[in-house]
Amino acid sequence: MITIDNVTVGYGKAGFITAVDNVSLTINENEILGIAGESGSGKSTLMRAVYGDFSTGLRIKSGTVTGHFTNAHNGQLIEEPSSEFKKLWWDQITYIPQGSMSVLNPLMKVEKQVIDGLPKRERRGSRADLRRRIAEFLAGFGLEENVLDAYPHQLSGGMRQRVLVAIAAFVNPRLILADEPTTALDVVVQKKILLMMVEIQRRLRNTLVLVSHDMGVHYQITDRLVIMYKGKIVESGPTAEIFANPQHDYTKNLIASLPRLHGRRSADVAGELA
Amino acid sequence: MRSFFIHAPFRLYLGIFLVAVFVLLGAILPWFAPSDPLVWYTAPRNQNPSAAHWLGTTSLGQDVFWLLTYALRNSLMLGLVVGGLSTIIGVFLGLAAGYAGGWLDRVLSFFMDALLCIPTLPILILMAALFGGQLALPIIGIILVVFNWPYPARQVRAVALTMREREFINVAWFSGESSVRILVRQIFPYIAGWSAANFINTVLVGISTESAVAVIGLSSAQQATLGTMIYWAINYQALLAGKYVWVGSPVLSIVLLFIGLFLVSSGLAMKSSARRMSV
Amino acid sequence: MSGTPILEVDGIGRIYRKGGFFSGSAFTAVDNVSFTMSDTPQVFSIVGESGSGKTTLARMILRLVEPSFGSIRLLGRPLTSRYKDRIDNLEFRRLVQPIFQNPFEAFSAYLPVEDYLRRTAINLKVASSDAEASDVCDRALRSVGLSLERIRGKYIRQFSGGELQRISVARALIPRPKLIVADEPVSMVDASLRMSIVNLFRQIVEEQGVSFIYITHDLSTAYYLSDQVSIMNRGRVVESGVPTQILDHPTQDYTRELMAAIPTVDERWSELAAIDAQYRTQASRSTGATST
Repeated sequence: MITIDNVTVGYGKAGFITAVDNVSLTINENEILGIAGESGSGKSTLMRAVYGDFSTGLRIKSGTVTGHFTNAHNGQLIEEPSSEFKKLWWDQITYIPQGSMSVLNPLMKVEKQVIDGLPKRERRGSRADLRRRIAEFLAGFGLEENVLDAYPHQLSGGMRQRVLVAIAAFVNPRLILADEPTTALDVVVQKKILLMMVEIQRRLRNTLVLVSHDMGVHYQITDRLVIMYKGKIVESGPTAEIFANPQHDYTKNLIASLPRLHGRRSADVAGELA
Repeated sequence: MRSFFIHAPFRLYLGIFLVAVFVLLGAILPWFAPSDPLVWYTAPRNQNPSAAHWLGTTSLGQDVFWLLTYALRNSLMLGLVVGGLSTIIGVFLGLAAGYAGGWLDRVLSFFMDALLCIPTLPILILMAALFGGQLALPIIGIILVVFNWPYPARQVRAVALTMREREFINVAWFSGESSVRILVRQIFPYIAGWSAANFINTVLVGISTESAVAVIGLSSAQQATLGTMIYWAINYQALLAGKYVWVGSPVLSIVLLFIGLFLVSSGLAMKSSARRMSV
Repeated sequence: MSGTPILEVDGIGRIYRKGGFFSGSAFTAVDNVSFTMSDTPQVFSIVGESGSGKTTLARMILRLVEPSFGSIRLLGRPLTSRYKDRIDNLEFRRLVQPIFQNPFEAFSAYLPVEDYLRRTAINLKVASSDAEASDVCDRALRSVGLSLERIRGKYIRQFSGGELQRISVARALIPRPKLIVADEPVSMVDASLRMSIVNLFRQIVEEQGVSFIYITHDLSTAYYLSDQVSIMNRGRVVESGVPTQILDHPTQDYTRELMAAIPTVDERWSELAAIDAQYRTQASRSTGATST
């Protein structure tokens, strides 16, 4: 679906700051791919390069990001570099950001924002008909029709994020990119949204790329995992294998430092610390 | 400081240059005046610009160039005093109201809102009537300060209110810092850039309001200012006599000075908002 | 050791009023919470989701929010302003110190970070001269794995979140307090550094005899770190006790729901298997249809 070939991405023109350093990666059809890493690892930059959003001064210095899509109207194969992806946004590719408030217009009701964002092929039929289809779709994720009549601030953070996930799935995209979609949320709401995202992917059999710093989230829902550290991919493979048998020291450390709900406690190791 | 000049927007440079030219004209040159240009008949009357009199002379026998430097000096002085006092009082009271809250905030907010509602120029005209049709420069200055401190106070109060919720203010309190030190060291740096822009703005307001009062003849006109220069020029039919330099030089000075001050203040505002984004 | 308890929280609550004086509604952020921390150095965790009232509770203990009712006693003496003999501000700050959530918000961008440590040492009368203050600050910084040399003259932008949080801990340690209230201290720190800070807390408890109130949404670090856990929901403490006991035998539905929602790396959620099973059968059915 997406082929990333020796790509170096960064910011700035004169003083180029490298964020992603010579990375190669293939994103397959029908999988949930996790990108794990901590702040400054380049995971969000890589995601933005795949999305083709170069509005923030992002620049691909060398290498290529190529997408392979099928045109929804005539079934033709489209092969394009990510700089041309913009015309595929909200059609073949959708994006779920971390902060829902930053993408939703606070002065517009949810319904209008959803409809304005839809591609032409989804905008068939009357407005009432369209609204009914959206409402039915939302109902599939436990969202009531009245969220469409609400302004964003009238919904809780978790509710807004669920609306964003639902909108991203409504257009039947082939690729959904999610950048820390549940980071600001409580665990109970986070679980609901993650389950919703898994269900969408399994139903549409498309590709979900999930960027998160939380190894627990990756363990739970991703099929394949990529670990990034200082702009490079240090390890990649099926998620279960990485957790069972981590190869790189950084991955080992990351997994070992996760607190568990049962087992060792700090009071037990206090002697070792002192 | 170095990075300040490298990253400052172009408009800031241009503004600083224009203002510097006028400050030079108004602050330094008056010391070199051959005689007091206010005194009548110290120069031949109705001269056109020449080597001896660069901008010509008035029909009262005053050298226009030296008269202009005196006018600039007084106008700038008034502007600086009005801008400085208004900003200092406004920032101080705004910080106090925003940080202390409670009854102090309510009392100060009442005065700010009340004063903001009253337009300055009509009040100046009323006051002029009260003082027998003529206002001395210091009185104009005092009135301008009274009516101009609420603008910065209001803004600073709003910033102080949000700053009070910032976590490092709590950390400072737990570090044992006093309220005054918190205001000065923790909160003030966040409004310093904005205060500088406001100061320049108020200088501009001070000069323009005084000029307006003088041009309509309500200033006592004992000192030369840019406004009184225009007033005299019109009063002695400079336009009818074709003495365009006499009336034109203060007008042009005001326009250029305003452009300069505006560029500096908006440049500073851009600068401080860019800095706020980066921190 | 069974002297005066460090902290006795007795039936405290906080009501926020919204809207006008006559027509407004009241919202109870914290409702009738009580607990006692003995004088044995320990970590007391308060676990809850956003809106559970845990931060308001922390802020009441830190005197940043006035309780609407109830009382708090520190070493047997009242903390709330309704009492005449309450602990004064200087003494309070020598006994109780905070650590906040966002390390980048803990210091002004316009002051060197070191300034806060020096001012703490001097204002809280730990040091009487600049030289002495340097000594005190350096010692505190060394106990968190840094040194005065390493932070000298630097501003927040020159540090990582983990380093800043360590500096916050060092500052809090300067007056040698009895109690540190840490409000979500590791939620904005990278995962690989998180455990080192949590372990640092345990080390401080053991070596310096300081107690912690650890406010968090994260049940797993609370389990790992604490001696006592209280779980809060909608302003009330729903369950409290020793962490092993609570997590092995939760008595409340809310606790069970919270535990089940944690993305652990030990066991995958059962709902995921159900989703996979549902769509796998659909997929095989549809491929079966095309082959015939």
